[in-house]
Amino acid sequence: MTLLSVQHLTKHFQIHALGREVRPFEGLSFELKAGEFKLVTGPNGAGKSTLLRCIYRSYLPTSGRAVYHSSLGSIDLACAADVDITLLRRSEIGYVSQFLRPRPRASALELVAEPLLHAGVARPLALEQAATSLQEFGLKPELWEAYPTTFSGGEQQKVNLARALIRPNRLLLLDEPTASLDLAARTALLRRLRELKERGVGLLGIFHHPEDVGSLVDNGIEIQIQEEEVAVGRQA
Amino acid sequence: MQTLPLKPPQLTQHNPVVRATGLQKTYGQVVALRDVSLVAYPGEVLGIVGESGSGKSTLLRLLNLQESADAGTFYLEASPHDQQDLFTLDRYQARQVRVRHIGIVYQNPHLGLRMNHTSSGNVAERLILAGERSFGSLRRAARESLQVSDFPLGRMDDPPRKLSGGMQQRVQLAKAIALKPTLLLLDEPTTGLDVSVQALVLDTLKRLQYELGITMLIVSHDLGVIRTLADRVMVMRDGRVVEAGLTDQILEDPQHPYTQQLVHAKL
Repeated sequence: MTLLSVQHLTKHFQIHALGREVRPFEGLSFELKAGEFKLVTGPNGAGKSTLLRCIYRSYLPTSGRAVYHSSLGSIDLACAADVDITLLRRSEIGYVSQFLRPRPRASALELVAEPLLHAGVARPLALEQAATSLQEFGLKPELWEAYPTTFSGGEQQKVNLARALIRPNRLLLLDEPTASLDLAARTALLRRLRELKERGVGLLGIFHHPEDVGSLVDNGIEIQIQEEEVAVGRQA
Repeated sequence: MQTLPLKPPQLTQHNPVVRATGLQKTYGQVVALRDVSLVAYPGEVLGIVGESGSGKSTLLRLLNLQESADAGTFYLEASPHDQQDLFTLDRYQARQVRVRHIGIVYQNPHLGLRMNHTSSGNVAERLILAGERSFGSLRRAARESLQVSDFPLGRMDDPPRKLSGGMQQRVQLAKAIALKPTLLLLDEPTTGLDVSVQALVLDTLKRLQYELGITMLIVSHDLGVIRTLADRVMVMRDGRVVEAGLTDQILEDPQHPYTQQLVHAKL
């Protein structure tokens, strides 16, 4: 079953102050099935993260389509209403970034439980699942009530993964989630991703060391470096 | 702008709880708002950013029914007036809608509180305006609302003038949410607080967002506050909305030259 169908997707950034346009990729097309793990490859700066962000809609695509077959019906993510994107992000599309952006004065447990609380899960149950998730990724229990703003990069990343993967999504976008992880956490991540894949979650991921997830990957999509920048008429 | 025009909502089942269209407001020679429209969906937090003088505060005053617009309409899911443009209500009706359905937290607590009354009395006032008369239920409801706002209950009978800035904001918040409003307006609610206190107040607001599901509109010039709380953002300049979108998209891929400047000016 096709989960996501990307057709001729293009992203340009227009930087008004410099009067320049940056063109990470143009006319990209591919399909992602439920339960498929697709690796996004290409040299640094080719636009791999940009592609994931366009699908998650942190970036607005310039043209093309990204038709996602949600549990509520099909929708083109490239031009869906903001409120529909919010709904999908809260229920079935997940994004795992390289960094946690911790809110000051929110404990690790609270941050991890939040996606469940947002989805209407009762607080005690959400906290219990958050604890299980932090346990899996190997964050020391004495840190669960502490503020991640004070954590090391590796510890923050464990909180980040626990938070991003706590809710069962249908589509998961992974942007180098293994950066700064120790072996135990990498193993936990791999186990969790395998479990999600078996449940039919579609995974689209960038991995600096693809061997980390080698056994899970079905295929890849390569992004080539485009002509770097295009000067455009400067706008006042 | 060279991006795809967005489609109307397809998956979302709910109707917006707030719908304002074509708002205009002029003070003498100064045009404060030019054709501003907005919608907010149930439980959504809408951020409004822009420099001083961009029209943010005027917009908030109109939505709080403190002033009427020169042109435009404003609908709110506020029974029994949910089918009615709220700008056409008489003063009495407008006051009823404000008491029952709209809560507001001001940057300056003097605007929202009686500084010499007790804190619990400030919260109870809202309930009295709505018709509650029994002392016992007033006290209970005020207490509950203060508790939800993370106010230290041991101090509920202290007047706001004896409280710290962070606690004063919690009293305002307790008063604003006492009647579970349809719309909560937040006007720079953490500006002027110590950063650590600001973080705690933001945490309370975040919790209210998912526990009570109140639709909120937050005005702030602090993009960090907006990133923490808002689902969507409207960027205002010279009384107009120059750009609106998902919070992360506005902050990471701003389209309009002014928004690009604003976002890149952040420390």
